[in-house]
Amino acid sequence: MYLLKNENLNTEWLYTISPKGKFIDFNFKEIWRYRDLLFLFVKRDVITLYKQTVLGPLWYLIQPLITSVIFTIIFNGIANINVGEHVHPFLFNLAGITIWNYFAECLKGTSDSFKKNQNIFSKVYFPRVIMPMTVVISALLKFAIQFLIFIGFYVFFAFQGKSGTLDVNLLLLFPVLVLLMGLLGLGLGMIISSMTTKYRDLTFLVGFGVQLLMYVSAVMYPIQDAVEKIERSFPKSASFINPIIENNPLAQIVETFRYMFFSQGQFSVKGILVTLIVTVGIALLGLVIFNKTERSFIDTV
Amino acid sequence: MTDIILKAENISKQYRLGLVGTGTISHDLNRWWYRIRGKEDPYLKVGESNDRSAKGNSDYVWALQDINFEVKRGEVLGIIGKNGAGKSTLLKILSKVTSPTTGEIKTRGRIASLLEVGTGFHGEMTGRENIYLNGAILGMTKKEVSSKIEEIIEFSGCQRYIDTPVKRYSSGMTVRLAFAVAAFLEPEILVVDEVLAVGDTEFQAKAIGKMQDISRGDGRTVLFVSHNMASVKKLCTKGVVLENGKIVFSGDSNSAVNYYLNSNYELTEVSLLNRKERKGNFKLKVENIFIEDGEGKKVNEVLTGESYKLVFEYTKFSTIDEKQFTIVLQFKNENDEIVNSIATDELGTSFAKIYDKGRIEIVIPKLQFREGNYFMNYMISERVSLSTPHKVIDYLADAFLMKVNKGDYWKTGVLNRAKGFIQEASIHIT
Repeated sequence: MYLLKNENLNTEWLYTISPKGKFIDFNFKEIWRYRDLLFLFVKRDVITLYKQTVLGPLWYLIQPLITSVIFTIIFNGIANINVGEHVHPFLFNLAGITIWNYFAECLKGTSDSFKKNQNIFSKVYFPRVIMPMTVVISALLKFAIQFLIFIGFYVFFAFQGKSGTLDVNLLLLFPVLVLLMGLLGLGLGMIISSMTTKYRDLTFLVGFGVQLLMYVSAVMYPIQDAVEKIERSFPKSASFINPIIENNPLAQIVETFRYMFFSQGQFSVKGILVTLIVTVGIALLGLVIFNKTERSFIDTV
Repeated sequence: MTDIILKAENISKQYRLGLVGTGTISHDLNRWWYRIRGKEDPYLKVGESNDRSAKGNSDYVWALQDINFEVKRGEVLGIIGKNGAGKSTLLKILSKVTSPTTGEIKTRGRIASLLEVGTGFHGEMTGRENIYLNGAILGMTKKEVSSKIEEIIEFSGCQRYIDTPVKRYSSGMTVRLAFAVAAFLEPEILVVDEVLAVGDTEFQAKAIGKMQDISRGDGRTVLFVSHNMASVKKLCTKGVVLENGKIVFSGDSNSAVNYYLNSNYELTEVSLLNRKERKGNFKLKVENIFIEDGEGKKVNEVLTGESYKLVFEYTKFSTIDEKQFTIVLQFKNENDEIVNSIATDELGTSFAKIYDKGRIEIVIPKLQFREGNYFMNYMISERVSLSTPHKVIDYLADAFLMKVNKGDYWKTGVLNRAKGFIQEASIHIT
């Protein structure tokens, strides 16, 4: 046995450190080998979140609730967005915000992966992609808290007949939707974090960009209603704006999420499949760019 | 041949001087806007031309060039060299933090690197939790850590506080804990930076002992980078000396250390004005350094207990604020360790006038160095206040070699023993 091992050693190098990697060079095996690290980083995030001040975790409750109240006043009270008779506008907004927040958390958290971890990256090697993956998994915890709040209100409004109808079959899609949101946030975040190593001022755009993105992602309106209204109010630019909303994978996910709970709005298998393909594409692109940056970034910061 | 576990082939690393781009989109867009209108780059510094040929060579710098070496299984290789010789760059390449510009490193084992102790430690987490996290960062699996956790805790000597958040630890305890994790790594190849220079002496001894066990007992390979010649001699079997990014010597560790120290002797024989490693803005330049005895005669060697003048002859090239003028001298022993220093800010010295050409005289009333060879570094600088950084005017390491012979400090007729310094004292029995 020992001899065999030795023989093996004589003939082959275990690995080499060389200047240029192949274009697509992820080592999924290596990431798998570091899975414990991923798990421990997530654990660290959870522990430190828990050990924060009282207001820390509480903030995750306050933020979506207040945002929903404001959206209800502005978009439903003032702007008269029609969310359907069977659903309370507050619940409608809360649903959108809950799933949207998960995406926003992932994107914001991953978009400064390189800068935030500069210290640790310059001292020790591990697959860099572990860091953004950690963010996406840790953000699940915040999502879970906010989702529970949503469920609480859902039950509350169900007693008043203001919660639409739950589509039990579609609940199977729930994990898929969350996964898609996470992947989208991860993919875009990795692309942005790679670009911010060269362009520092991009960081300031991220917060603003996420906000803009929210407005075209059907968070506070049903796609159908929005498309019709835009066609009526801005007939000339409708051909430009509407495709953005209709083809936006984020809007698809938000709309499907609501359809699941309220049985109203749009839902099509085709839409979800297209979203799936686009999402995987963005995530892979992010991975390629991230991997490319990973090799050189220590020398440029 | 069969035993070679790591092989570096033609490793070179090139860094680009200055900034890559200007760092912001707005600048790059602006630059592009100027270019399409046929104007000059708005971000070029005044006086700098856009001439390719003028910049040419100076834009890139080789931090490492054609590094070749082999390490056998179970060897402890010491990598020594002065600051800026390329040691850290080599370490970073070995630990995969950055990639080489050319060349390849081939290994037959997992490399774990220790460029810093306690990477990723989080104050809010307990000692135990940090052991797991730090272990995983260094490449261990959770299972591996679990199987060794008791040993790690014991080695660190932090048993009592292991379930306390690390933010309550003293800095020494944090370092012990961090080193303990690293000490129980079990890679085939361990790359270690000068992390041993931390902690108290007892812990340092423990750490060095552990490193010896790792290589001797377990047959693992260690690459060790250090300034401390004593620990290189003690730990390493082989050594390479780096100078300006190139390997200038490789062999057994003792010869490597001797080569390195001898290069210091050789340096001090080069006349000051021909030394290339000088740094600073050279508003003033030291042209000659020598020692005069009490009668003003130049001497080559000095005696403990006598009075001397250390003389720097200088020429001034532009105005210097006398109030900010600072001189710091450092003395190193033959193991390249700094053992003594003289500094004007400590002494509270202030100067009235700096002449265009003159002498800086450091008066030593009674030399307290015991027998040995001492290398002197000097730094002449301007400094607004004690808390602001030095603006270096002229700096040179290993500028001068002071040979000290046995003298009679106490005028008792008994020559002073070798090594170290004279301590003023009297002894009584009561």
